[in-house]
Amino acid sequence: MVERPQKEYQPMDSSPSLSSVLPSAARDDGTGNEVPLSIYDLTVAYHRKPVIWDVGFDLPAGQLIGIVGPNGAGKSTLLKAAMDLIPSASGRVRVFGDSYRANRHRVGYVPQRESVDWQFPVSALDVVAMGLYDEIGWCRPVRRRHRDRARLALQHVGIGELADRQISQLSGGQQQRTFLARALVQDADLYLMDEPFAAVDAATERAIVDILRDLKKRGKTAAVIHHDLQTVPEYFDYVVLLNMRVVAHGPVETTFTSENLQKTYGGRLTLLDEVTEAMRRRESSL
Amino acid sequence: MAVMLLAAGACCAQGDIVSDTAPFSSIAAWSRVLLMQDYNTRVVIFGVAVLGGASGLVGSFTLLRKRALMGDALSHASLPGIALAFIVASTLGANGKSLPLLLFGATVSGLLGVATILVIRNQTRLKEDAALGIVLSVFFGAGVALMGVVQQMQTGHAAGLEGFIYGKTASMRAADAQLIAVVSLLVIAGCLLLFKELKLLCFDEGFAGAKGFPVVALDVGLMSMVVLVTIVGLQAVGLVLMIALLVIPAAAARFWTDTMWRMMLWAALLGTLGSIVGGLVSALFPGLPSGAMIVLVCSVFFFVSMMLGTRSGVLVRYRRRLRLNRRIDRQHLLRAIYERIENRTKHGASIHESRRKPVSTASLMSMRSWSRRRLMAAIDRAAEDELVRKKSDGFKLTSAGFTEAARLTRQHRLWELYLIAYAEVATSNVDRDADDIEHVLAPEVIDQLEDLLDEQEMTIPVPMSPHDVSDDHADATGDKR
Repeated sequence: MVERPQKEYQPMDSSPSLSSVLPSAARDDGTGNEVPLSIYDLTVAYHRKPVIWDVGFDLPAGQLIGIVGPNGAGKSTLLKAAMDLIPSASGRVRVFGDSYRANRHRVGYVPQRESVDWQFPVSALDVVAMGLYDEIGWCRPVRRRHRDRARLALQHVGIGELADRQISQLSGGQQQRTFLARALVQDADLYLMDEPFAAVDAATERAIVDILRDLKKRGKTAAVIHHDLQTVPEYFDYVVLLNMRVVAHGPVETTFTSENLQKTYGGRLTLLDEVTEAMRRRESSL
Repeated sequence: MAVMLLAAGACCAQGDIVSDTAPFSSIAAWSRVLLMQDYNTRVVIFGVAVLGGASGLVGSFTLLRKRALMGDALSHASLPGIALAFIVASTLGANGKSLPLLLFGATVSGLLGVATILVIRNQTRLKEDAALGIVLSVFFGAGVALMGVVQQMQTGHAAGLEGFIYGKTASMRAADAQLIAVVSLLVIAGCLLLFKELKLLCFDEGFAGAKGFPVVALDVGLMSMVVLVTIVGLQAVGLVLMIALLVIPAAAARFWTDTMWRMMLWAALLGTLGSIVGGLVSALFPGLPSGAMIVLVCSVFFFVSMMLGTRSGVLVRYRRRLRLNRRIDRQHLLRAIYERIENRTKHGASIHESRRKPVSTASLMSMRSWSRRRLMAAIDRAAEDELVRKKSDGFKLTSAGFTEAARLTRQHRLWELYLIAYAEVATSNVDRDADDIEHVLAPEVIDQLEDLLDEQEMTIPVPMSPHDVSDDHADATGDKR
């Protein structure tokens, strides 16, 4: 793993650096920690229809961050665009102060469980070992030491005894834990998780929460797409409210207010929505 | 024609068969082919065998990537290229039958077909299946039309070109087979080297991209291997049926294993075996296209795998379902008996006293909607395992049976209570809802249920049923089912 030299201090008022010109492209949050994920002016569109629009925020390091918003708010799109998995129309993404490409070894990704075919002929251990493929390198086989690490990761998420089971034989919660183990096995610094709590049993939900807290204790950052508003204050320190654009982001205590939620989920269209809607109408009439 | 036959059947064994109007009489020729005494036959069969193995490997990847039909579009789209290459070469005075030239034409138009599919898929609202259908038929139609032009041409002899459509191992020369073998070996090497990367691509494209693997390049690599196998396989299998060699061995292999490398090993073996048998038969009878023979042999493998496959074959699944049904029947039986016994305790008897009195089958019939035959079969099986003992006036639980019945009833009621307390299921429906799922409760879930309900201060031994389980009620619900 490449260690990036930590900055001693950040002169806030000396010569204008990029970070002072573009506050959202900061390399540093001013406390000496690198900003794990900094997004500035990100817009993604599918077939001329914007999915996320002018999204920007800096995530604080070492915290558990909930990304919350209604269906179709662009939460998954945001994560995917941050990892260059889908092209963005505009915007800049910085991961630990550099491009995702340069720092992707420090990022662990947990995709949505439904995004893969669970009938695929692999075992839970095989899936977890996939988290090490880039480390193993091209054309090289998965060796015993990699499998041992994968087994440890499975034990860490509490399903070590199911390592050799074919993945279709796992329950939904166990499948989710397998995905989590695949991200944990590479020991990243920033974890991006797409609805890890979706349709899991109570025991798995508790296990995931424990894992998240353990990550935080070890100084890691996790950005988690979450759909259950009731548990947000319990699980997360920081929240990003998203509905096509960022409605609000900040510490849960100050940001996760009913007023902000109303703006995120509320039936009333805000000005930007009305503009978008008007543009959509115009496009479709052309 | 004579040139073609000479070129094709340089091997004298095949020459014999072709000239012999009654091949069945020529046992010597048969044994020559079957024992592969002849160099040419040996090389051809070897080439086809390696091709089968390579197809099995590549086919496994495309099947798992759900791109299996891409190979079909590719092979069909190669026909106009073959015909055009022949026409162009013949009009320019070159040898129209030069294999590298024909295969070059096939590759170009095959790739053009695939590119068209991608353009249609990405640039329009049409989905991949529509794009495949359009490209496959249009290119093949154009190819058939061009073949008609070829037949009309004065120059050159078009005979032999139709071998590309249905495959003809009998008309293959050693040099052709060597080309097939070399390319197939390359593809096999590619599959083995990139096994890990392609596996990740097929399973989870998004994660592969996030890990920095070039998804598009890997896809192109996989497609290139499909192209290579398909193009060199045209002569041996034919473009109409090439898809069979890509799909069937891989699909058949899936029934035998849940491990990817085993699946690929099986697919390679089945592909090899099918190709050898198909190739031999076609070499014996030049009238039988090798493509059809290979498909027929492979389909036998497929059918056998589908029925007998040890992982997900039809028979295995049937047996699994039968076993599950029997387990459910047993659980219903034991619980019904327990509840009968429990009802008696309402009149003051202890549960152990009332357990000693036999239960009649008639009283059980009314407990749920099971046929008499099914109930009797369940009782017989339970008696065999010494869970119940038959008496003249019914039957009673053995002590092992009683323990099991109490456990099952407890499990059922825990689940019912959970549904009422947490899922807000109405008391009147809870029995049926609990029935749906209780048979699959894992021990850990039962632990959790106990913990949860413990907090609710509910009794843990066998809790009382939250709904009425007396006879009249059982009749009512029984009728409803």
